[in-house]
Amino acid sequence: MFDGYTMGEIGAIFAMQGFAGLILFSVFVLMALGLAIIFGQMGVINMAHGEFMILGAYVTYLCSNFFADYIPALFGIYFFVAMFLAFLAAGALGALVEWAMIRHLYRRPLDTLLATWGLSLILQQTYRSIFGAREVGVTLPDWLMGSFALTDIIDVQINGLFVMGLTLLITVGVGLLMFKARFGRQVRAVMQNRMMAGAVGIDTEKVDRKTFALGCGIAGVAGSAFTMIGSTGPTAGQLYIVDTFLVVVFGGAQSLLGTIASAFTISQSQSAMEFFLSGSMAKVLTLLTVVGILMLRPQGLFSLKVRR
Amino acid sequence: MTDTNTRPVRRSLQVHPDQPASMERRKLLGGALGLAALPLAASLLPSRAFAQAPLTSAVNTTGLAVTDSTVKVGILHSITGTMAISETGSVQAEKLAIDQINAAGGVLGRKIEFVQEDGASDWPTFAEKARKLLVEDKVASVFGCWTSASRKAVLPVFEQYNGMLYYPTFYEGLEQSPNVIYTGQEATQQILAGIDWVVKEKGAKSFYLIGSDYIWPRTSNKIARRHIEKQGLSVVGEDYFPLGHTQFNSVINKIKLKKPDVIYAIVVGGSNVAFYKQLKAAGIDMTQEHPLLLTISVTEDEIRGIGGENIEGAYAAMKYFQSLDNENNKAFVANFKEMWGDDMVIGDVTQAAYLGAWLWKAAVEKAGSFDIDKVREASPGIELTTAPEGYVRIHENHHLWSKTRIGHAKADGQYEVVYETADLMEPNPFPEGYQ
Repeated sequence: MFDGYTMGEIGAIFAMQGFAGLILFSVFVLMALGLAIIFGQMGVINMAHGEFMILGAYVTYLCSNFFADYIPALFGIYFFVAMFLAFLAAGALGALVEWAMIRHLYRRPLDTLLATWGLSLILQQTYRSIFGAREVGVTLPDWLMGSFALTDIIDVQINGLFVMGLTLLITVGVGLLMFKARFGRQVRAVMQNRMMAGAVGIDTEKVDRKTFALGCGIAGVAGSAFTMIGSTGPTAGQLYIVDTFLVVVFGGAQSLLGTIASAFTISQSQSAMEFFLSGSMAKVLTLLTVVGILMLRPQGLFSLKVRR
Repeated sequence: MTDTNTRPVRRSLQVHPDQPASMERRKLLGGALGLAALPLAASLLPSRAFAQAPLTSAVNTTGLAVTDSTVKVGILHSITGTMAISETGSVQAEKLAIDQINAAGGVLGRKIEFVQEDGASDWPTFAEKARKLLVEDKVASVFGCWTSASRKAVLPVFEQYNGMLYYPTFYEGLEQSPNVIYTGQEATQQILAGIDWVVKEKGAKSFYLIGSDYIWPRTSNKIARRHIEKQGLSVVGEDYFPLGHTQFNSVINKIKLKKPDVIYAIVVGGSNVAFYKQLKAAGIDMTQEHPLLLTISVTEDEIRGIGGENIEGAYAAMKYFQSLDNENNKAFVANFKEMWGDDMVIGDVTQAAYLGAWLWKAAVEKAGSFDIDKVREASPGIELTTAPEGYVRIHENHHLWSKTRIGHAKADGQYEVVYETADLMEPNPFPEGYQ
């Protein structure tokens, strides 16, 4: 494999592969975080998670067009506005969906699975009707594209750094919210014992709605960020949903820390294997490993003891 | 073989001078072109149109949906589901062709009516709808399918009920059905000319093959690899990714390390967007042509999703680009935009879909009948001088003779044609040793 390369080149390969793995890790965390909150904290299997992400991507698309047409001077910073709006839009839609559909199905997890899958189809068709069946191209500000060349082989991708920074910010934010803030305590209380939480005066329905909206909002931000690396089309959400569930289930559904650990494991092994094998084989091996580990440890890498 | 075959065809087309001429009339009405032949055509048209329509009993002996004034055809594409992205353009092109043929007097004096069915990106649905079109609607021909999987699904239906399918997509070859006319290029036509060009013009010596993981990219890369290695050049890597894969950083690192002269890319669908965006983000500037990127899977349609600035500088090898500079194409692009909107782009497959209805019309008129068997018999040798891509002719193996061109991607999402083969490429769906 390494025949004919100098030590310098081999060092560069490892540096670049490590970096590629870190980007993939950030992407996985970003897409799984919203689902981890919804699935982990509420037990709702949200099959429409990908479509909430794509809502964020379309908001970004609309924003980029708006800025390009009306305030081109500020085009360089539109991405931040777009991410904020994506959070609001996806969060608002999430709250609406929770109110109209999810809350009626809390005790029927398999029915939420079907209902949210139906929702994902409805959303896909809605995007298709509004934006057309074709993918749309989101124009990015120039500073987000390209890379710094450290050496002639090693390039550091700017959008990779951006995704990493964003992921770090959101993860820390969610961590603080969940473990330091009053809202997080309420969420955890409701998750651990809904009846008792209600008995001590927590409005559990309100907490549910906010939690669901938060998860969807984060999905929206993720979708917005992924316009830098992926496609924006009515069905593009489907590209992410399998990986997202994989990360959350593998990590142990109730644990945010587990989600992060699992994203790290899967991304590093996937990116390393992709280098040595073909992409399809890497995927097969990753899935096999995950299946194997889940057979030995059905609750996932990390799990909390929860009273049902 | 073809010269002897085509001569009678040419003559038979000349018997109907009003058709191409009235096409020109339409173009003029559309504000596109004016031609000196116009007054002649206009004086011929009223007396000829519909007057010579032969008896229905004579042109339809097998119970197809043909009346004294109409003939029914089918359009079978996905207008919902993941493939809707790609297939929409084909549907639009087919409707445009049908519209134009009707405006020019129809086929054998009969107006074409179409029945449109939705394959819904689901292969069994394609088969079911194909059966419905052939058995219930009794259509005289079907324009449709896009992916190889959908074509393979409808193939037994068309062979069982003896229908005629005009299939527009460039594909992997290895197929030849008496019930299908393939209006797109098969793999060798697209691949050989492209590789020969980069070797000759750009001095390429090493190639990195990359594709989505299914039959078309795998077969195409097999053909490419053989062609490359036969010339003593090297393939330094070959990689496949599952459909919908969105992370290409690892393979981009590999490419950087192997330093090939050419990245030969057959990535499709949503992966395409991720691939080109990440390639650019990783500092591979395709305008430097070091490495140079050659693709056979990105048409103008796909560039809309990828973004012109992300693929600028790449080369594509296919038979049609929207920017082709000839009178047929200028009129076609103008008519297409007039019908479907100014922001439309037209890719290779869309143009191939447009050819289907015209080839069918020419075959029906040569046969003097709508009967499937007679149309099939008449098809080899049919030529189209009005094709937007220039000139095409149906080979005995039901594929088209066509030129292959190299396009250079520009930031505005269009290709600039930098090369075309001097001769028509012969379709060869069963290349020796590639199966």
